[in-house]
Amino acid sequence: MLVLVTGVSRYVGAHLAARLATHPRVRGVSGFDTVPPSGHLAELLDRHDIPVTVGDVRGVVAAVTGGALDAVAHMGVLSTPGVGGRPAMKEQNIIGTMQLLAACQATPQVHKLVVRSSTAAYGASFRDPAVFTETTPPTLVPRGGFAKDVIEIEGYVRGFTRRRPDVVTTVLRLAPFVGPDADTTLTRYFALPVVPTVLGRDPRLQFIHVDDALELLVRAVVENHRGTYNVAGEGVLALSQAVRRAGRVAVPVIEPGMSAFAAFSKASGMGAFSHDQLDLFVHGRVVDNQALVEEFGFRPRSTQEAFEDFVRGRDLHRPAFAALRPDAIDALEAAVLDGIRRVRSGRASAGESR
Amino acid sequence: MTRPTRRTGPAGARRSIEPDAPVRAGRSTEPDAPVERRRVNGHRPAKDVTVPTFTRGDRTAKANGRARKRPESVEVPPPSTVDSQDVWEQRIADALAFLRRRITGRYDVDDFGFDPELTDKVFYPLLRLLYRHYFRVEVSGVENLPTDGSALLVANHSGTVPVDSLMLSLAVHDATPRHRYLRLLAADLVLRVPVLSEFARKSGATLATNPDAERLLSAGELVGVFPEGFKGIGKHYRERYRLQRFGRGGFVSAAVRTGAPIVPVAIVGAEEIYPIVGNLAPLAKVLGLPYVPVTPLFPWLGPLGLLPLPSKWLIEFGTPIPTAELTEDADDPIVVFNLGDQVRETIQQTLYTLLERRPDPFG
Repeated sequence: MLVLVTGVSRYVGAHLAARLATHPRVRGVSGFDTVPPSGHLAELLDRHDIPVTVGDVRGVVAAVTGGALDAVAHMGVLSTPGVGGRPAMKEQNIIGTMQLLAACQATPQVHKLVVRSSTAAYGASFRDPAVFTETTPPTLVPRGGFAKDVIEIEGYVRGFTRRRPDVVTTVLRLAPFVGPDADTTLTRYFALPVVPTVLGRDPRLQFIHVDDALELLVRAVVENHRGTYNVAGEGVLALSQAVRRAGRVAVPVIEPGMSAFAAFSKASGMGAFSHDQLDLFVHGRVVDNQALVEEFGFRPRSTQEAFEDFVRGRDLHRPAFAALRPDAIDALEAAVLDGIRRVRSGRASAGESR
Repeated sequence: MTRPTRRTGPAGARRSIEPDAPVRAGRSTEPDAPVERRRVNGHRPAKDVTVPTFTRGDRTAKANGRARKRPESVEVPPPSTVDSQDVWEQRIADALAFLRRRITGRYDVDDFGFDPELTDKVFYPLLRLLYRHYFRVEVSGVENLPTDGSALLVANHSGTVPVDSLMLSLAVHDATPRHRYLRLLAADLVLRVPVLSEFARKSGATLATNPDAERLLSAGELVGVFPEGFKGIGKHYRERYRLQRFGRGGFVSAAVRTGAPIVPVAIVGAEEIYPIVGNLAPLAKVLGLPYVPVTPLFPWLGPLGLLPLPSKWLIEFGTPIPTAELTEDADDPIVVFNLGDQVRETIQQTLYTLLERRPDPFG
């Protein structure tokens, strides 16, 4: 099986390509992206001898049609605007996907397409049901660019499945991922010493461990799983709870303040917060992963376990960085109890002696 | 962060000992009472008491005799002392463990955002004060609630502010042998407002939509719904205890689809807490609210007008209406309408009988 991975210069694309390269059923992996890979991702791709084609969004057509491919894994969907800002992001997400689908349609030997989508496709509003299943439509058109893109991309993919029913098409809606070495806006957010939250809101969050997400993407490429699936760890963490588990202190700010924080974080280079993420911080989002577990026969780590691993892997509890270290709090609790016990037994013995 | 915790520990301990003393004194037999108090308060008053104890005056010290011979009479007072120490130590330990879990986030929240620990330890104890001492809620028909398994509780809605939903959840929790939680279905307004939405979700409420209702019922939960919605809660006082129209009957189809029995619930007492005599409709329109009430006290008395009137409450759980055989008819509008009417009629009749049992609203 020959596989093309788009978006290979980014975290998920590069790691997926590397995992596929070592899979026994995969003969070869090639990568495509609009920017060359850098740093440890470039090393990772080199180690597995994965050829990377760099071109503009139209270049993907040549990469697909020229390569005798069996499968395409479309990971090149940006969730946050990069250097080119929102127009460049939209160009890559929408035009890139259209080009890719057109190329796949024109290439008869392609029989597998895996598209990375996001649970952002459900939007986030107070009128939504508490738990989304794959068939729940978004109640409101989301105001975030990424969510709009994702909905549009999924629309094109549905069109593609109608035109090429012979291609096994899998759409995976990924929850925000966390992991020891994953570096996203959200993981940087939880690493802040003081974490701003929206006043009067405690959204329900769900995460997927990045290793589990990659495992499911690999399975989607090498096995046959037609359809759209939610990819998230079971269970829920309230934002305030997640902040506490990370040993951080939450600072509730009013909603406009949160937008100001988003602007600040963009300016300070911490990473841009989109409207999608701001809405997520107000309303939260929980999905049902039952269909995924049944179809793939694989149960991803729960949201709590995934977050725990992220906290441990990043060593967020290390003394200088965490305001609230669980071991210090345990010790404090034991000391207080012990103190009370001693005072009381002291009194009791004093009472006895008299 | 460390300092406040340390301070609350011993303070809580000291405070916890004092109020306990009279309670235990009252429980024990009369002659023991002073003895008991002496021991509980520790060594401070001990001096006064020890004088007769050591003089061994047979008759005079008889009342204190047991205190003097503590080693021999181990059976009665010392166990209680040891017990009390254990009980209070246990309570302090529990409180500290609770604080630690809250600070470190080691508690569980379900898919709907329900936080059972916070509900049990914080929300319910506060509501219980209102429930027991202010509204003096009397509950009947608890046997009509399933011990486990799902049921849809359908109740009348009234009182300007949805205090009735809170009292109903507490009634279900305290009256059922397994202390079950009632999962309320709330209007989207509740989930739109900051702070309120947070508390609603943490106390187990979720949006009143069929997917949520069916998900909860399929999971075997008790679900509470007020089909009258704002029409019921914001109606004029002269219409009290007259059921309003029952929405679109979505609640019936949710119950039928999951085969959950419907339990009609009648709540008497909520109508009188904030009697609505007027509605500032233009202001409500500007604020985007369903109504801005005028009650005898609000807005005239300002914040004091927010005080609910201390009416006497009765809650009755009616006979469950089974829906298990109707599951195929969930999409049949006639079945759904008829069932909705039956529930509505039952609640209305129960309201009338309860009102006869309570001639004086504040009695």
